[in-house]
Amino acid sequence: MQPLTIDGTEDTPKVVLDKERSLFEVSGRSLPEDAAEFYAPLLEWLAEYEKDPKPETPFMFKLEYFNTASSKLILDILSKLESIEGTSVIWYFHEDDEDMEEAGEEFSELVEIPFKFETY
Amino acid sequence: MKYIYDLHRIMLKQNILLVYEGEFNQEITKSILAMAERNMDSYGESSSIKRKVFNIMVEALQNICKHSQSYQEEIYGKNSAIFMLGKAEHAYYITSGNPLFTREVANLQDRIERINAMDEGQLKEEYKRIIKTNPGELTEKGGAGLGFVDMARKSGNKLRFDFETINQELSFFSLRITVNK
Repeated sequence: MQPLTIDGTEDTPKVVLDKERSLFEVSGRSLPEDAAEFYAPLLEWLAEYEKDPKPETPFMFKLEYFNTASSKLILDILSKLESIEGTSVIWYFHEDDEDMEEAGEEFSELVEIPFKFETY
Repeated sequence: MKYIYDLHRIMLKQNILLVYEGEFNQEITKSILAMAERNMDSYGESSSIKRKVFNIMVEALQNICKHSQSYQEEIYGKNSAIFMLGKAEHAYYITSGNPLFTREVANLQDRIERINAMDEGQLKEEYKRIIKTNPGELTEKGGAGLGFVDMARKSGNKLRFDFETINQELSFFSLRITVNK
């Protein structure tokens, strides 16, 4: 399965979805004008991955900022991950960023996936 | 030319760090955000305050972008709106102003008043309620319908707002969010 990689910009996150290397990462800033358009390829990739996933899928979010339109799409990604067995989420937040920590906690309450919280 | 000096003095007096008036789009939003970040860095602002101001600015600016249709161009100019960032000793002020149709005023006023009546816990529940509705769907303008709730939560303050009549069809919507330092 072809990996999906997108370089980060000042308003869109870096994305690495690589089954062979077991890398699943969204990091940086997510404030695109059209969040649905930006996240569509990720959701398509996960739909394909879901057909033959690895036994474990540790999905890493390491976000600095995200807008409210992105939050809805992040929930869509999490909902997709929920249907893939062996998924876990590693939610990174800056050690003094309570809002990002709380955002992770809220997402963890909305889906049935184990969350691990890490600071950077 | 005296108005330049007057404008300059008003900006100093009102502690305005940044004003932009005109057409809004994503490129301009990014430029304004970058200027505000540099500005706050130069003041040695703490990263947690910087992040709150930045987050609220994003929502306010993208709100303007989504609603900056061409309202009676010959009367009000194309996509014309205003954004300001102010800084006083104990707070940052994020202020935006944009024209909208007067028929939208009652709805918007009702929405903001309902948000202002909520405490921290209620805002959290409201956020979760909205994010769960219609998964995968954004509003017709590409938003999540979460902007005001998010601004209220991040700032920890009530949203201040006002409507001025421009003409029969149009009103001017002003919004101000305070971030305490």
